[in-house]
Amino acid sequence: MTEGLLRDYLPILIFLGLAVALGAILMLAAWVIAIRNPDPEKVSAYECGFNAFDDARMKFDVRFYLVSILFIIFDLEVAFLFPWAVAFGELSLAAFWSMMIFLAVLTIGFIYEWKKGALEWQ
Amino acid sequence: MPAFFTDHPLGIVLVILLQCLLILVPLLVALAFLLYADRKVWAAVQLRRGPNVVGPFGLLQSFADFLKYVVKEVVVPAGADKPVFFLAPLISFVVAAVAWAVIPFDDGWVLADINVAVLYVLAISSLGVYGIIMGGWASNSKYPFLGSLRSAAQMISYEVSLGLIIIGVIISSGSLNFGAIVRAQDTGLGLFGWYWLVHLPMVPLFFISALAETNRPPFDLPEAESELVAGYQVEYSSTPFLLFMVGEYMAIVLMCTLTALLFFGGWLSPVPGLPHGFFWLLLKILLLFFVFAMVKAITPRYRYDQLMRLGWKVFLPLSLAWVVIVAFLARFEVLGGAWARWTWGA
Repeated sequence: MTEGLLRDYLPILIFLGLAVALGAILMLAAWVIAIRNPDPEKVSAYECGFNAFDDARMKFDVRFYLVSILFIIFDLEVAFLFPWAVAFGELSLAAFWSMMIFLAVLTIGFIYEWKKGALEWQ
Repeated sequence: MPAFFTDHPLGIVLVILLQCLLILVPLLVALAFLLYADRKVWAAVQLRRGPNVVGPFGLLQSFADFLKYVVKEVVVPAGADKPVFFLAPLISFVVAAVAWAVIPFDDGWVLADINVAVLYVLAISSLGVYGIIMGGWASNSKYPFLGSLRSAAQMISYEVSLGLIIIGVIISSGSLNFGAIVRAQDTGLGLFGWYWLVHLPMVPLFFISALAETNRPPFDLPEAESELVAGYQVEYSSTPFLLFMVGEYMAIVLMCTLTALLFFGGWLSPVPGLPHGFFWLLLKILLLFFVFAMVKAITPRYRYDQLMRLGWKVFLPLSLAWVVIVAFLARFEVLGGAWARWTWGA
């Protein structure tokens, strides 16, 4: 069992190692080959021609959080759907309908979010 | 000698390493020419010539660009968080590359034939957000920061619809393995046996979500030149920028390949009787990439609120409804079980 698992995933690990090595070599190449001549103006943060007012890590719209929370809910739902979809051919009627009820509950939540204006972006 | 490559651990690793190179090197070379093709299509639509100086017809333009990137100075902003600043492009590139490990190029031509390949690709491609958000945060500059936030919100919004659309295909095929999904489309009807026909409403949705997921125009809000200059890439130069660029194009070609595998029969031939093979997959990927390039050339950019509305209020309900519809069609074997190929044997 573990032997087969290892044989299946070993190529992915090696591929990962190769990709990391290639990326690192490319970055090191520029570091080694290219000239480096920094001056204070060159390394200052880009801001359309004048000096930056304050720190760039400022406050930002709470909507971005809302989107990520919604994403977690729906992505979890997709994660639940995957095993159900793979085994679809062997599902009993009860398994089929329980997923339908789950989806219905989620749809009600989705309608609530919509009506509450969580999906508006103004 | 052959026994060394099948039994000895070192031999096995060597063989796998060779296979990895066999995927990665042609992929990167193909990417150079696809970048050139992208620019040529774009130029042709705008009645320009496009790159035409380096090599015959400018064919070697991408290689010249590559050399230029390597000899350019790496500028590190003074306020940047240095480890994260360099980790970000590396993550973007690596994540875009490793997704290719499970893609079959022909029947059995796959590096890692794992049984959860679709899940693997979804998981890996959602990690791509980290590269972007780390790049934007580490730069410590306003434009990259805003660009990365926008990009992250956009990518996660469309990922949900991508996942739901794929669920429909999985219900039909009963497998998460790309090879099995393609083989389930081989019904002897050629072109009309593929999933684009039974999942027709989802094909444009998948394609548009793929555009949004890869930050391609008309959804290139993170890079909106006129407002954000170049989004999260503003402070990057030289090879770190190159890695972002290569990662982006790799993700685009991956999306073309996924569309070809899931909906257009992968390596299957469109006409019954003609031999199947890698050639067909390549042709389909190139055609889809051409459509990607055309869309970039002919559509105006979306506004951000329009983009989010499209993702959450149109694509999400539609793809969710389609999952339910497919579930019913497959369960009760409508039209002779066209949505339930798992009952046809295999």
